[in-house]
Amino acid sequence: MDFASFLIQTLNSLQYGLLLFLVASGLTLVFGIMGIINLAHGSFYMIGAYLAFVLTSATGSLMLAIALGIPLALVFGAFLEWALFAHLYKRDHLEQVLLTYGLILIFEQLRSLLVGDDVHGVAIPAFLDASIQLTEVMSYPVYRLAISVVCIVLAVALYFVIQRTRLGMMIRAGNDDRSMVESLGININMVYRIVFALGVAMAALAGMLASPISSVFPNMGSQVLIISFVIVVIGGIGSVWGALVAALIVGFADTFGKVLVPELSGIVVYVVMAVVLLWRPEGILKKG
Amino acid sequence: MNAQTSFILKLVALAVIACVPLSGESFYIELVGKVLVMAIFAMSLDLLVGFTGLVSFGHAAYFGIAAYAVAILSPQYEAASLWYVLPASIGLAALAAFVIGLFVLRTKGIYFIMVTLAFAQMAYFIFHDTPLGGGSDGTYLNNKPSSAIFGWEPFDLNNEIHMFYFILVTLIVVYLFLARVLQSPFGRVLVGIKSNEHRMQSLGYFTFRYKLGAFTLAGGLGGLAGFLYATLFGFVTPELLSWHESGNVLLMVILGGMGNLAGVIAGAFAFELMREVFADITKYWQLLMGGVIVAVVLFLPGGLAGIPGRIKRAMHGGESK
Repeated sequence: MDFASFLIQTLNSLQYGLLLFLVASGLTLVFGIMGIINLAHGSFYMIGAYLAFVLTSATGSLMLAIALGIPLALVFGAFLEWALFAHLYKRDHLEQVLLTYGLILIFEQLRSLLVGDDVHGVAIPAFLDASIQLTEVMSYPVYRLAISVVCIVLAVALYFVIQRTRLGMMIRAGNDDRSMVESLGININMVYRIVFALGVAMAALAGMLASPISSVFPNMGSQVLIISFVIVVIGGIGSVWGALVAALIVGFADTFGKVLVPELSGIVVYVVMAVVLLWRPEGILKKG
Repeated sequence: MNAQTSFILKLVALAVIACVPLSGESFYIELVGKVLVMAIFAMSLDLLVGFTGLVSFGHAAYFGIAAYAVAILSPQYEAASLWYVLPASIGLAALAAFVIGLFVLRTKGIYFIMVTLAFAQMAYFIFHDTPLGGGSDGTYLNNKPSSAIFGWEPFDLNNEIHMFYFILVTLIVVYLFLARVLQSPFGRVLVGIKSNEHRMQSLGYFTFRYKLGAFTLAGGLGGLAGFLYATLFGFVTPELLSWHESGNVLLMVILGGMGNLAGVIAGAFAFELMREVFADITKYWQLLMGGVIVAVVLFLPGGLAGIPGRIKRAMHGGESK
């Protein structure tokens, strides 16, 4: 592998890992704070990608689609939390698994009814549709760099919200001890609703950002869901920074796995997970 | 329901099932045969979920590994001996469960659910991406295993009625075996682990070993179901190991009410028949299925097996939580 292709694969790994971080951070927060295992989290990624497809077709611009899609996803997330997930906090994990599994079936069927089962492409916005020439034959698409930049900005914003704001304080406190937070007079239900809606919106945004490069296809949600599980396991439940580190590890393992051992590419990520489990059963950055 | 009526009910249900081949309709014989296979699969998972308290979301891996084992171990143009492929495929599934168990049983709760899922997914990709079992297309089992011993052939699995009764007898054996295991000291420890693992540890039990034993046993029995599935239908695909299958079998366990072997068999029937009926009346069966699942979780904790108790409580005007 020469330097230029190494550089390209490194950039790809970063971009893939950062995108996965957007999905996995919401998942790990919902696990950590609300104690809910949400199998339908991958569906939010799928819904985001299909929203991008539908809205881009309607408005003619991916940027507009994203601008419309994020508030839609936030409202959808808040609604789901109010209608269904709020009833699950005191149930055991098994029932959470079941209900969210049922939701996947519903979302996939609705997707099939409303948009069909075809694979669709989404156009890259014109001003990002270019490539940077690395050598005479190799170049790197600007759009992928733009995804990485957006994800980094969001990760920094998330850090700021969690570490520096009042809401973040409530989230961190809720992660540690929910009954104590309640007895301090904080409306923990509102915190839950906000966190859940944010998680849905971040997963949907990841789907929207990925739609031009991965295209939009049925079952794209379950692939991302299982990889996100692996990330949460590696990073440690409830740890957003663990999720970031783990997402990057998975991004690199998967991308370089595909290049170096193509016939075993599907397995590399799981081998990494098995090794981490042997070394640290509770994840790299174990919470509290 | 007292023990005697419950026993009579089970016998009646068994008699009804045993009469299915009298219909002479291949469609029903195969359908009920498939349901019975899924019932064995669901009972094996119930040992983990319902009795030991281990919510495995990757149980389809062992089902699929054994199904592939039959197809791969059988020679291409002739039948393999049942007395070789049956123990071999169960053994391979149990071995896989043992090795995976060494990893996953180090975790608890949500971690356990996710990690079992991830390992099942790893097994899925092994069959999906490598040429081992024909890649994503799967592979055929051209000849069903032969039951011949020294030239004498007690039954013929190519005969649909023989196949049906072979599955039914296996189901009864598995049921009685699991019921016996649960009465044994080993089974008692498993139930103790479910209600309070720390207490079992302070009583001096190495709970890890018991959990690993249960995980391996459940994997082997799940493999037995996978063996029957491959023999019944004659082909295997990576989808047998997919997480949808793991989800479906978990659903059967829940529908039937965890920790109740007969209930879980009923759950398998309810699930498969629901799937048939919904798929018949509408192409949107997933939507209905999903709706039913959500409704069961929200309004019917305890599954089908909990219904008699609820009715009783309602009739006696007791508190219905």
